[in-house]
Amino acid sequence: MSKEPVAVIGIGQTRHVAARRDVSLAGLVREAARRALDDAELTWADIDAVVIGKAPDFFEGVMMPELYLADALGAVGKPMLRVHTAGSVGGSTALVATNLVAARVHRTVLTLAFEKQSESNAMWGLSLPVPFQQPLLAGAGGFFAPHVRAYMRRTGAPDTIGSLVAYKDRRNALKNPYAHLHETDLTLEKVQASPMLWDPIRYSETCPSSDGACAMILTDRTGAARAPHPAAWVHGGAMRSEPTLFAGKDFVSPQAGKDCAADVYRQAGITDPRREIDAVEMYVPFSWYEPMWLENLGFAEEGEGWKLTESGVTELDGALPVNPSGGVLSTNPIGASGMIRFAEAALQVRGRAGDHQVDGARRALGHAYGGGSQFFAMWLVGADTPPG
Amino acid sequence: MREVAIVAFGQSDHVRDSAETSEVEMLMPVLHEVLDRTGLAARDIGFTCSGSSDYLAGRAFSFTMALDGVGAWPPISESHVETDGAWALYEAWVKLLTGEAETALVYAYGKSSPGDVREVLTRQLDPYYVAPLWPDSVALAALQAQALIDAGLTDERALAGIAARSRAAAEANPHAQLRGAVPPGEHLVAPLRTGDCPPIGDGAAAVVLAVGDTARRLTERPAWIRGLDHRIEAHSLGVRDLTDSPSTRLAAERAGAFQWPVDTAELHAPFTSQEVVLRRALKLDAPDSTVRINPSGGPLAANPIMAAGLIRLGEAAARIHRGESDRALAHATSGPCLQQNLVAVLEGE
Repeated sequence: MSKEPVAVIGIGQTRHVAARRDVSLAGLVREAARRALDDAELTWADIDAVVIGKAPDFFEGVMMPELYLADALGAVGKPMLRVHTAGSVGGSTALVATNLVAARVHRTVLTLAFEKQSESNAMWGLSLPVPFQQPLLAGAGGFFAPHVRAYMRRTGAPDTIGSLVAYKDRRNALKNPYAHLHETDLTLEKVQASPMLWDPIRYSETCPSSDGACAMILTDRTGAARAPHPAAWVHGGAMRSEPTLFAGKDFVSPQAGKDCAADVYRQAGITDPRREIDAVEMYVPFSWYEPMWLENLGFAEEGEGWKLTESGVTELDGALPVNPSGGVLSTNPIGASGMIRFAEAALQVRGRAGDHQVDGARRALGHAYGGGSQFFAMWLVGADTPPG
Repeated sequence: MREVAIVAFGQSDHVRDSAETSEVEMLMPVLHEVLDRTGLAARDIGFTCSGSSDYLAGRAFSFTMALDGVGAWPPISESHVETDGAWALYEAWVKLLTGEAETALVYAYGKSSPGDVREVLTRQLDPYYVAPLWPDSVALAALQAQALIDAGLTDERALAGIAARSRAAAEANPHAQLRGAVPPGEHLVAPLRTGDCPPIGDGAAAVVLAVGDTARRLTERPAWIRGLDHRIEAHSLGVRDLTDSPSTRLAAERAGAFQWPVDTAELHAPFTSQEVVLRRALKLDAPDSTVRINPSGGPLAANPIMAAGLIRLGEAAARIHRGESDRALAHATSGPCLQQNLVAVLEGE
């Protein structure tokens, strides 16, 4: 049985900022959804189902907020599904929506992910003590810093690499009107001189806390034919999970990430990702994760990821641009961050990424991860209709 | 459309307080039960999906520890919905329909005992205008019950009859928390008495789904999913007719529930009054109806939040597995006063 090809025909984001005090949660999500509908030139009535995702409910203090948001997202009378897979949720949510179209259960689906971090404090929301379990310490940075240190020790990467990534992503963000951080006066020296937070992670190498939402309209072949702008076609999508903690786990390069990428490449017919993929939107909440994921995703041999970064290959005008949008380092409404990666990859192959467009991008990878580097979601989108 | 069936169902004994067991410990025997029954190991499963709620666990990312209990190594294809496991089953069903997997493991769990569940559930209301007033789940259900009584659709005696029937049926259910002759009790929030309300409890459930011949190989009599749909309504109680459930009716229509009569209905109605609403929406109220409603005892006998909806699907399927039903309807709900509803139609071959 063949699946229905799935197309992204509408994308909408809010202008991400530290605090959107002018809108409620409902107002925030509606803004992104409305923009996605406008991009697709569709109305609420054209939407068959809504798939919504966000990271923990504790971040806003609302239990199962999709119930309250049903009205704002035009979901009344429709199916509405809520996904939660930790930091990878934005990606997983898009994939669940994709499957609804691929399985021919629905023809046109609105998918949306959001976080309004200003309504709470994410770092401490992540740090609730749990009996009989290893504490996460101070938020995500406290958990991930030792793994960055392990990567540096394992590969011999010089300690300057992280700052290169941060400086690159923040400069890319200047070209993205939706990005949260627009640090016009940032220099490499300023990144390197920023305070050390969780050694070796410095302040300017960490993601901000953002309020924001991202929405996409997914549709079938017929819907794509009617779309006013070029579509991005889903050539492959996969999720993989592994346990949080166990003796055999490789925190530097988790097996689940490798398996997930391999599945996506197999579906998309990619055999040499480094050369066949034109742009990557990678989930990099701490700068050192760029070289780490370059290896995990098969763009570099083990131990070689930092060399790609150092050589400039991942710059916006390099051979393999990573995070042309500015990435999670510049914009981080946690639950939406994965979907922004997926949506930015789609914008690239639609040729609608504006000033941060990668020239001639035909295939792009969207990547998300979450939990203790244990949940992965990825998709590969292309400008061409998938074969078959 | 690809044929998908529920091939195995397992659930824990539901108890008022499971302080001595963690969520993972509660879940593990249930996972092993369904896997053993099908002869599958975690690595054989094509897709895994779970349903639970961080707010019950009192911490962010609570589902990650449950995943450890699944044995997700080597890495598995897996997802999670922050709601009742019935919606996890829906996500898994869609995944199987795409052709990307042949089997799926679906599980759900919830422990209500660590907190005050009536207060916890107030946090799912509109955070700006309603939640700050802390209207609890029983009070909201009582509003709905009073609306039904005012509309002449039921009375307190009829509600007590629903409670008695459910708990009598639960006598045959070894997993039930509350069974036998339970007195109607005093008003908890009028017009609802303690007997009209579900027990507060902890529990877990799991099912295995499989497609076509794989399903036939794994079990003697698969419970085929002939239709599955869910719909949501407006959140605000002020804009809904609480005596009706249009989302249930629409989901049932889309699932094909009205095409042929069913012989069994497992309804996720935690309050007696909600069964009245659902029976009307699902057209189960014909005077000559022989449909067995909640032969398991339903949520009035055991209501582990986040698992109770999945259990309805499991109980309906199990009756088909045992040859006690040929065509069953299963229903799950989420949100205050039946805001969101899912309906499945299951058939034996």
